[in-house]
Amino acid sequence: MILVIAEQRDGQLNKASWEVVTAAQRLSARIGGAPVKVAVLGAAVTAAAGEMAGAAVAEVLAVEHPALEPYTADGFVGALEPLVASQAPDYVIVAHTYQARDFVPKLAARIDAALITDVVGLAEAEGRPAFTRLVFQGKLAADVLPEGKPPCLVTCQAGAFPADAAARGAAPAPVTTVAATLDPASIRQKPEAPFREARQAVDLSQAARIVAVGRGIREQDKLPMAEELAKLLGAELAASRPICDAGWLPPERQVGSSGQTVAPKLYLALGVSGAIQHAVGMKASKTIVAINKDAEAPIFEVADYGIVGDLFEVVPALIKELQKS
Amino acid sequence: MNIVVCMKPVPDPRRWGTLTLDARTMLLRREEVPAVINPLDRNAIEQAVAMRAGGTVTVLSMAPPDAEEQLAEALAMGCDRAILLSDSAFAGADSLATARALAAAIRRIGDVDLVFCGAYSLDGSTSQVGPQVAELLGVPDLTHVTALGLDGGTLRARSATEGGETLYECDLPAVVTFDKEVNVPRLPSMTGIMRAASAGVTRWTAADVGLAPAEAGLAGSPTQMQNTFTPAAARKGEMLEGSPARMAAALVEKLKGSRVIE
Repeated sequence: MILVIAEQRDGQLNKASWEVVTAAQRLSARIGGAPVKVAVLGAAVTAAAGEMAGAAVAEVLAVEHPALEPYTADGFVGALEPLVASQAPDYVIVAHTYQARDFVPKLAARIDAALITDVVGLAEAEGRPAFTRLVFQGKLAADVLPEGKPPCLVTCQAGAFPADAAARGAAPAPVTTVAATLDPASIRQKPEAPFREARQAVDLSQAARIVAVGRGIREQDKLPMAEELAKLLGAELAASRPICDAGWLPPERQVGSSGQTVAPKLYLALGVSGAIQHAVGMKASKTIVAINKDAEAPIFEVADYGIVGDLFEVVPALIKELQKS
Repeated sequence: MNIVVCMKPVPDPRRWGTLTLDARTMLLRREEVPAVINPLDRNAIEQAVAMRAGGTVTVLSMAPPDAEEQLAEALAMGCDRAILLSDSAFAGADSLATARALAAAIRRIGDVDLVFCGAYSLDGSTSQVGPQVAELLGVPDLTHVTALGLDGGTLRARSATEGGETLYECDLPAVVTFDKEVNVPRLPSMTGIMRAASAGVTRWTAADVGLAPAEAGLAGSPTQMQNTFTPAAARKGEMLEGSPARMAAALVEKLKGSRVIE
């Protein structure tokens, strides 16, 4: 059995949960059609679980306990250890989010299980499923094989498995509510109010389109031009590290190894050179457009469409073209 | 405040262009590229040196013998002592086996209030070791921390999460992993460099920290790297040409045609 752990916040599913269903279904097809189950954890998750029941899976488990909200690593590991013991999955698959990076390694250490993080594809080695992950910020890839007793824990990179490829069931999958076994006193991380800061309003990982600015924008005064383009495209504005380091845009809009990993439908890079630390955060985007005056910029190596030219001529032309329609 | 900082030497990212694979083993030839302190581990060192308040900062690394160079740099940044876990038994360790060795060494160091790590290493980027060290030590952890303070005996931290940050409180002892926003690491000072030379590096083997051969290195690793390869680029790589207006029109047409935009 393959157990997917979906992620929800305030009852809203993270779209990466569907990507992980795709990964689980593809893995299932490689190992003789092992059943896939989805677990949704929280205080009251029947609605989110009902949504996941639309997937072609054997069962959705609504794993509930008041102490699972707000999220804590100890709470999740505390609830998942007995769940994994009773469900006895061969694989546990989770989206590689901040939340997963927080609790999945702890879970792996607690149950002494293999954990392969930030997986971008399925492979095979020694006649068994192996998992491809990128190393050296995407410069190289490696196939990793789990050893020893199941389960093997896997986290999947955003965008590596398309959400819209998840097979839907002809009828909703059965939803079972499971009262989690969890001792609230075992939770040692105490989240404080306010739980989330108002200024952090943007979650780039959920954006359908992104316009990213890099050093080529030259001056903070030129940002409104990029903002206008983003607005016309229905995109969020993002940036490479130098722009955020300079304080021109807040850190939550930074894409790359020290910022967000994103995989939108469209990633339009304006004056972004595409250094490896940036590329690793956006390479999985569906369509990548690069506009840069330097024809040798590495961003063109990952671009579907490239324009070598002056930003301050090309972007106004694009704005004009988009305003036409 | 006694603090242990876990540090990993990584191949210098400025030299990654020259990384090559061994044609026979398909593993990386690390020896060809000089090592540096993993960038986020510098943030961990900075935080430890700033928060020590009369305690001892120990920098700990599980690495090949030549990691003494990076440990000396950590001493020069202000760490009080350096311990190198170096033993052929550690070779081939994955994240969990690495965490097990570090946790065993931290137990031997004893009387530790805090363990600091970078949130991930620039080379392997598994983001696993910090939380796993915490779990194996039986202490709580906070990950991806962007600001950290101490209020009496309680840690207060800001931790990055999806689309925001969470504020946490947590009792000591604890493990904390850092993102780069937390601070600006200092450069080694001249007095630091001199102190580093006299402090020296203590070396421990697997046996010194009480690890059985089956728990260390490849033997103690539940995952194994099978082969390394250069990922294939599957991009169209189509360059548009002409005047800005012509390129803009062509781009909009292509994006609409493939329904990337409406």
